[in-house]
Parts: sequence; structure tokens; C-alpha cells
Amino acid sequence: MNKQLIPTLIASAVALASLPAAAATTVTIGTVNNGDMIRMQELAGEFERSHPDIKLDWVVLEENVLRQRLTTDIATSGGQFDVMTIGLYETGIWGKRGWLTPLENLPADYDVEDIFPSVRDGLSVDGKLYALPFYAESSMTYYRKDLFEQAGLTMPQQPTWEEMRDFAKALHKPDQEQYGICLRGKAGWGENMALVTTVANAFGARWFDEGWKPEFNGDAWNEAIAFYVDLLGNYGPPGASSNGFNENLALFNSGKCAMWVDATVAGSFVTDASQSKVTEQVGFALAPKQVTEKGAGWLWSWALAIPASSDAKEAAESFVTWATSKGYSQLVAEKSGIAAIPPGTRLSTYANEAYMAAAPFAQTTLESLEKADPNDATLKPAPYTGIQLAQIPEFQSIATQVGKLVSGALAGQMSVDQALKSAQSITEREMKRARYY
Amino acid sequence: MSMLTLKQSRRLQTVLIGGLAWLVALAIFFPIFWMILTSFKTEIDAFATPPQLFFTPTLENYVHIDARSDYFHFAWNSVVISFGSTLAGMLLAVPAAYSMAFFETKRTKSTLLWMLSTKMLPPVGVLVPIYLLFKDAGLLDTKTGLVIIYTLINLPIMVWMVYTYFKEIPKDILEAARLDGATPAQEIVRVLLPIGKGGLASTVLLSLILCWNEAFWSLNLTASSAAPLTAMVASYSSPEGLFWAKLSAVSTLACAPILIFGWLSQKQLVRGLSFGAVK
Repeated sequence: MNKQLIPTLIASAVALASLPAAAATTVTIGTVNNGDMIRMQELAGEFERSHPDIKLDWVVLEENVLRQRLTTDIATSGGQFDVMTIGLYETGIWGKRGWLTPLENLPADYDVEDIFPSVRDGLSVDGKLYALPFYAESSMTYYRKDLFEQAGLTMPQQPTWEEMRDFAKALHKPDQEQYGICLRGKAGWGENMALVTTVANAFGARWFDEGWKPEFNGDAWNEAIAFYVDLLGNYGPPGASSNGFNENLALFNSGKCAMWVDATVAGSFVTDASQSKVTEQVGFALAPKQVTEKGAGWLWSWALAIPASSDAKEAAESFVTWATSKGYSQLVAEKSGIAAIPPGTRLSTYANEAYMAAAPFAQTTLESLEKADPNDATLKPAPYTGIQLAQIPEFQSIATQVGKLVSGALAGQMSVDQALKSAQSITEREMKRARYY
Repeated sequence: MSMLTLKQSRRLQTVLIGGLAWLVALAIFFPIFWMILTSFKTEIDAFATPPQLFFTPTLENYVHIDARSDYFHFAWNSVVISFGSTLAGMLLAVPAAYSMAFFETKRTKSTLLWMLSTKMLPPVGVLVPIYLLFKDAGLLDTKTGLVIIYTLINLPIMVWMVYTYFKEIPKDILEAARLDGATPAQEIVRVLLPIGKGGLASTVLLSLILCWNEAFWSLNLTASSAAPLTAMVASYSSPEGLFWAKLSAVSTLACAPILIFGWLSQKQLVRGLSFGAVK
């Protein structure tokens, strides 16, 4: 009796266990540990309830680790991921190589026309969309209205960098731990070089001329870097060359910066009372211009893409359309409050009066995103797409090295001239090696 | 003023050396202590300048981690992978070290050096070939795959360690066993292993710790099902937003099991280390 019972039990247990496994498609999602993505993970239960045949598996990693992980997988067609969270930079390069599934024939109620045109352009190659934006950001100026009022200063709607220096000079009181301006100084293509490239754009510089020759030996780069080093070195916090986004956010939130130019997503952090002491005093303005407005504010988007090697493309597509839909924005508004809607992706969010009223930073975010054009970001014409970056595979390595030089000049380890000279020769060498000329 | 007697000066020496040892131990322990402390802070406290030693402790980071990640899934993977590869490594390292220690040829020394030289290659240099091999063998995101790779990574060090311990054992003992009719397998199991217990225990522990902390391959070769604790820690670092307190909490949870295990087996470890040092 018993001898027969046990195999029968095992067999039925196996049958039971394999039933749901056979029916459900597993979608593995690689993503970054940013607030909006963590919220998506929390709300994904709703998706699984409405799609019982799809099971979601999450792989959350730090940005740079994730980038390396995803690059290895996609370059070898490893097929470990069905949905990848990638940036504007990778989307262009990977899309061109045929590593991503083009997102065509999206359902009508998805309303792809509702996505910001600049963001849609940034995520498209030759008119084909390769990723759907989860959130997008430009850069803008944060300033302390109370300090400006006390000093009798007025922040224009879009200041020039020279005006910024005058404000910083007037408000810099290091003995009271109040610094004129906080800016990124930490080396990295996504850290200091994002900001530095927008400063350079405003001063009329560009990364490459029409023949892909770098222009660090030109006057525009020299003026821009000399200005940046002087501004941040004299009126910035001590040790500015090791401050990235997080460090500056912490400084600004604890009331130590009079001004800060950084990502528009920080708007929801500086106005969040659980992490900021200056929620009521923050004012918003566009990112500073100088000789031109072009490329003064950057454009970045975290987007969801489906690799060509995925074996669950259909299920993956229903997830990415869900997570970037208007319905998802509504769900976030219901569960976490309307100001928590992922910013910068949909025009309808900014047409919603309730959102505009609840989010004081929304108007400036909207204007910044409308101005950001990745295809026309420099005073003189440039051969590349991207505002604070050039969408070519070599850029990541080149800009990381140039970022170290700029950070070194800021820290006083070398002169601006030396830094730019080295930047020029490094970039020329890499571009020659990659056979651009 | 009287001169110190011999006894007094001995005592003073002990106190000084003891004090120094405590100082070094505290300096080594401080980062771990600070990590545990930070794990009970709020994110704002964790970022505060100057750093705070006294604050109102909170468990919110642990609650957050419990809600977001399945700790036991990651911990179980870590346990299976570390113990699995340590076992596999010992099964290979002991016979290898036995043959090299007791049946030395003129190529033994260069073989040992050649094995060690594989440790000098930066892992990222072979990432793509290994990734492709794993993909074709269906080993991506499997515990078996990680056990294989960790065994291969740690094997040179394990062979070296076991070889050093075996070298200390006089050949005569083995010869005596052989005269009594022991086979090579019996020699290893009945004679070598009991004598070299301390050294082998510390090799096992070192291998466990190395596997437990390995982060490059575990991050690059796993996705969700085989991901160990290192992958869980990596998921709490972020370039956008404040994360130090949560990262400290998750790191505390990740090192707790191996710390406790190391503490329990400390006696074996100390004996093994000092055993190898006497030459």
C-alpha cells in the first residue's frame, strides 16, 4: 500500500508544481535602484494580477554594474533578460546594431504621440522607436528664494553663467557653511561630464566638428572649463571635485547651497519633506545659457527596451507598454500621490492641472524638456546626436578619461590648459583608433 | 625611583603588546562597527556631517529590505554555492597537493607557479569567452555554473595552502603506513587528513569566505534564480537618491552568516594559521 502511495504522491506533486510553471511566461527585468524604479517594482503586483499568465522576475543593480551586465548579455545574445532598463545613450547605439526589438504597432490607447517629441527622438534610430521612456530628465537651476530675497537679488527665468557667478559671489559665506553654488565635480561620463558638456555647449563649444575631430584646443572649450573651474573652485563647497549628484543633493537638502544646477528629477527630492530641510524655500529656473541657449540643459531618459535575444517578446511588450502607459501614471497618483508620477515622459502629465498644482517644479521641468533637442544641441553644427553626450560607442570611454582631467583641473592637480591639451590628444587617439579618420 | 624588577617589566610588556593588539583589532573592526551603526540610522542621519555617533535608532531600513527582497532566497544561494564549491575544491586540491608534496618531480615547482599565475589575469579579460561558454552549456544563472567557476578560481590558492601544510608532515609517517599495507587512498584518509586537520580547516574556511564575498562573477553570470547575497547588496546602491543607511543594513545582513560561522570556527582557524606559520 505504502510502496505505491509514495510514488503516486510524488508524481501528483510534480504534476501540480509544473502546472502553473508551464502556463506562465517568465519575464526577467533588469533595472536600476532609483526611486521611480523601486516604485514600479512595488506596483508590478497589479500587472501580475491583471496578467495571470505572466510572472515577473527582477534583477536590480547599481547603474554602472547594470550597464556592464546588460552589455555583456546583449553583445553575446545571452538571452538572460526580457526587459532592460537602459538610457538614451545605449538605446541609440544598440538599436542601430539590431540588438533591440523595434517597438512598432503599439496599441492605439498607448498614445505614442503623447510622449515628449525630444524624448521620442532620443530613443529612436532612423524613425524607429527602440525603447519606451519610463522617466526623462533635463537639467535646471535650483536656488534658495529666501537667500536671494535677503541679498536683494532676482533670479531671471534663464540666467547666464556670468550672472550665476555674480550671484554665487554674493551668496558665498563659507564661515556659515553656506556655499554660493554646488555643481558636479566627481569624474565620470555620467557625472561631471554631463554638467560640463552643457556648460561648454552654452559657451559655444562642441565635442566634435563635422569631420569628427575633437575641439578641446579651441577657444570655446578653454573659456568654458576655465569658467567652470573658477566658479566652482572659488564659490563652491570644499572638496567639490568629489561631489556627484548624491553629494550635492545632500548638501542642498541640508541648506548648504545657495544654487545648484542639476537633473530635473531632483525637483521631487528637494521638495520632499522627509529628506529636505529647504522644501519651502526652493525656486526653479532654466539651466544657465551663455553665448547660446542651445544645449544648455541636458536630456536623459531611463527607458525600457526588449533585447532581440529575448524569448518572451510578447509578454515583455505587454509589460513595457503597461509600465510606461497613462494608466500606470494614474496608478502611481492613486497609490503614492500625484507628484510621484514619473516625470518628463508624457505631455498629458503636464496638461493635468492637479499635477501642475501639486508639483512646484513641474512648469520648469516642462520648459526645460521642451527646449532640449538632442539633434540640435550645439552652436556650430555637430555630427552626433545627444546634448551632454555623443551617441557613439567610443564616447563612454573618452568622456570618462576627459572627466578625470577636468576633475583634476578643478582639484588643482593640473592647469586648465594642461587638462584640455591631454583631453585633445586622448580623444584624437581614440577616434583615430576607431577609424573615424 | 626604583628600577623595574624583571617581573614588572615582563608585565608591562604584556600590557603594552596587549594594548597594541586591541588597537589594531579595533582599527580593523571599526568599518564593520560603523556599517552596523549606520544600518540603524535614517538616510538623513547617515549622510549628516559631522558623522553622528549618537542618534535615535530605527529599524526602518531592515523593514524596507524585508519588504523588497527575499533575503532567504539570496542567502540560501550563497550557502549552496560557497559550500558546494569548497567541497569540490577540496576534493581536487587534496589529491593534487598530496602528489606534489610527497612525490615531487623536477616540474613540481613550476607547476605550482603556473597554477598561481592564473590568478594574475584580470577576470574581466575572460568575461566574454566564459559568458559564451556558459550560454552554450546552459549554465547562465545556475548555481552549478557558479560552483564550477568558484572552484576553478580558488583551486590554485587551495592547492598551495594544502601543499604547504602537507610539506610539514614527515614522509616517514606515510612510509610507515605504506609498510603496513595502506593504499594511497587510505594514506590520505586515515593518516594525512587527521594530521593535517587544522590546516585543512583553515583552507576550507578561507575558501568559504572567498566564495561568499566574490562579487564579479556572481553579478555577471546570474540574473534572478541563482543570485547570491552579493547581488542583493549590489541592488541597494544607487546613483540617484540617498541610500547609505539601506546599503549598510543590507551589507550587515549579508555578512552576518559568514561572520557567525567564522566566529564559531575561530579555534580551528587560529590553529590552522599558526600551524602553517611554524617552519
